[in-house]
Amino acid sequence: MKQLVVKDIEKCVGCGLCMYACSRKSAKTPEIGNSKSGILAVSLSGFERGATVIFCRACKEPPCAQVCPTGALKPKKGGGVVYIENLCLGCKYCMDACTLNAIFEREDGKIAVCIHCGYCANYCPHGVLAYEEVKA
Amino acid sequence: MRDSVLIVDLNNYSYEIEQRPDLFEKWIGGTGVAVQLLKEYIDPKADPLSGDNVIVFATGPFTPAYPLASKTVAMFKSPLTGNLGESHAGGRTATSIANAGYGAIVIKGESKKPVYLVIENEKVYFRDGRVIWGIPDSLIVGRIIAENEPGRGIRTMMRIGGAGEKLVRYACVTTETYRHFGRLGLGAVFGSKKLKALIIRGRKKYTPVDPKKFREVYDEIYRTAIESDAMKKYHLLGTASNVIPLNELNSLPTRNLQSARFEKADEISGEALAEYSLGRRIACSHCPVACIHLATLRIPYENEPYFFKTIMISYDYELIYSLGSMLGVGSRDGLLRLIHRVESYGLDAMSTGVCLAWATEALARGIVSEKETLVKLSFGDVESYLKAIDYIYEQPNEFYRHLAMGVEHASGIYGGKEFALAFGGNEMPGYHTGHATYLGYATGLRHSHLDSAGYSLDQKVKEMTPEEAVDRLIAEECWRQILSSLVVCFFARGIYTADLISRAFEPLGVEITEEELKKKGEEIYREKLKLKIDMGFNPENLTFPKRIFEVKSLHGTLNEEFIRKAKDYYVKKVKEIVG
Repeated sequence: MKQLVVKDIEKCVGCGLCMYACSRKSAKTPEIGNSKSGILAVSLSGFERGATVIFCRACKEPPCAQVCPTGALKPKKGGGVVYIENLCLGCKYCMDACTLNAIFEREDGKIAVCIHCGYCANYCPHGVLAYEEVKA
Repeated sequence: MRDSVLIVDLNNYSYEIEQRPDLFEKWIGGTGVAVQLLKEYIDPKADPLSGDNVIVFATGPFTPAYPLASKTVAMFKSPLTGNLGESHAGGRTATSIANAGYGAIVIKGESKKPVYLVIENEKVYFRDGRVIWGIPDSLIVGRIIAENEPGRGIRTMMRIGGAGEKLVRYACVTTETYRHFGRLGLGAVFGSKKLKALIIRGRKKYTPVDPKKFREVYDEIYRTAIESDAMKKYHLLGTASNVIPLNELNSLPTRNLQSARFEKADEISGEALAEYSLGRRIACSHCPVACIHLATLRIPYENEPYFFKTIMISYDYELIYSLGSMLGVGSRDGLLRLIHRVESYGLDAMSTGVCLAWATEALARGIVSEKETLVKLSFGDVESYLKAIDYIYEQPNEFYRHLAMGVEHASGIYGGKEFALAFGGNEMPGYHTGHATYLGYATGLRHSHLDSAGYSLDQKVKEMTPEEAVDRLIAEECWRQILSSLVVCFFARGIYTADLISRAFEPLGVEITEEELKKKGEEIYREKLKLKIDMGFNPENLTFPKRIFEVKSLHGTLNEEFIRKAKDYYVKKVKEIVG
């Protein structure tokens, strides 16, 4: 199966193009902004130390899905989660459960999480991200 | 499009949000909207360092819809020139303001005690700033706030260093450690309002009216930005690539423009910095270019062997000119240390360099003595300049109090106006290319080389009449009002052509033709010029320091008669334009 992977984190310049790509990923309902984005570029306590990206690393046993009271987050075969928006209460237990802080709050109180669609990798100008086959 | 305006009143710690579609439909955003908001909220006669001054931050309709629309316009009354102040910065300023839901933010009044502001979507928090007030190093201030405030990755954190608190008239506002609202003293305006920092964060969205077309135009801009040559210069060496060509063209101001060639230009060139010092590159939010070049400087501890401090220092052409060639500093490490010192206090590098260059020459000519300067300033002497930068911040005597008010002011007190290199009260940028560049500094509504790009005109056109020069500068500046209203980075001006802008507006639900855009640029220029005149700008009072006519440029020795004719013509044009 294909997943979004980090090729070389040291190359990240913190431009955040991945974040905006994630918001645009739906062909029918692209958004302008960062509400729905499941990926975040940050500086490492100030840009003097460089930058990095934070997103779901497709855990085999995702804690976020384990704490979800409604089944809105379900483990996906091969790792990571599927997100069933209609079931989401916006309780944010999943945000607390994720060790990477890779689940984000949307404008409407629900959550945004990377579903490993790979759209953002097309917009990473410096070869940090790639979308490729990984061993299950 | 974002049409919400947040109005914050520091007098009573209150705020309100207004929907202003009228403003954004007519005036686009950025500069166009900021001029109108400033007109609404400020008394043009306001004292720039009082609670009557007003700060406007404005972003444009392309933020964060498209890449390279990553800048914010700040507009205020400048404590340096006493006239309109406009300064642009990147970092995360624009995307954070837009993602918090705003097209513009207005800050008025003054706080009684130091505060910092946190804007989070619809809420504004007034935080006690007393503990961080008095910390002179803007880098430390940034780190402390970063530890205390959430919003990693999505926040902008504008702050002042000691220079802003001490009201140095050319103090800047620093954001994301390395980007600045650099020019015309916004930092002092923050300081006078007892506003140490402004943090903005949010996670909002809006939707395009034509999803398919939106993604197509986005891809076109993105591909052009990364594949074409339009931004190559900024991709590679960055703006520092200008050092060697300008030096070879007799255009690199050196030792207070006693020369326009610097024998050590190679040492501080973009090439040398890239080879020996470049440690990292980073980007403004939503820009693929990553033109921010950070040098690594390793400094040994003074008294302990095998201990080093390693710091990252952002460099650009203007800093290399103002703290390098202009001060006769040809050592890379020396230059980087000066940049770092200026960065720490939150000073504008160009103004600081020009002020120190003037002071050095004034001392050499005996206009001032060491009693005033406290250190023996001499070109190339990094240690003295480091000390003098401390003094600009500390203002331990009358001389440094005056120097902290700008070179025009200081030379008005001590003399030496003929070699005080300011235009419209603003210290000059680093291009001694010819007549057009100086006409641009003087007539540009921000007194910036980026207003009308005279330096570029000088390099492109061999012969022109004074009238042609003025007409071309005004035409360029009119068009750039569109770029700074959108607000796209000026480095992307080759990508954002009138045709592309018009097409990029469409999926956002705005129809505007190329012709209409050009006309709007002229209207915004006129509105800004009128505001400047209301604040006391009189083109007849523009002066040109003698020094520029004494040093050979790309166009040979410059002609006073040419400049006089151009100025007369500009005075006439201003009357025509404002009616």
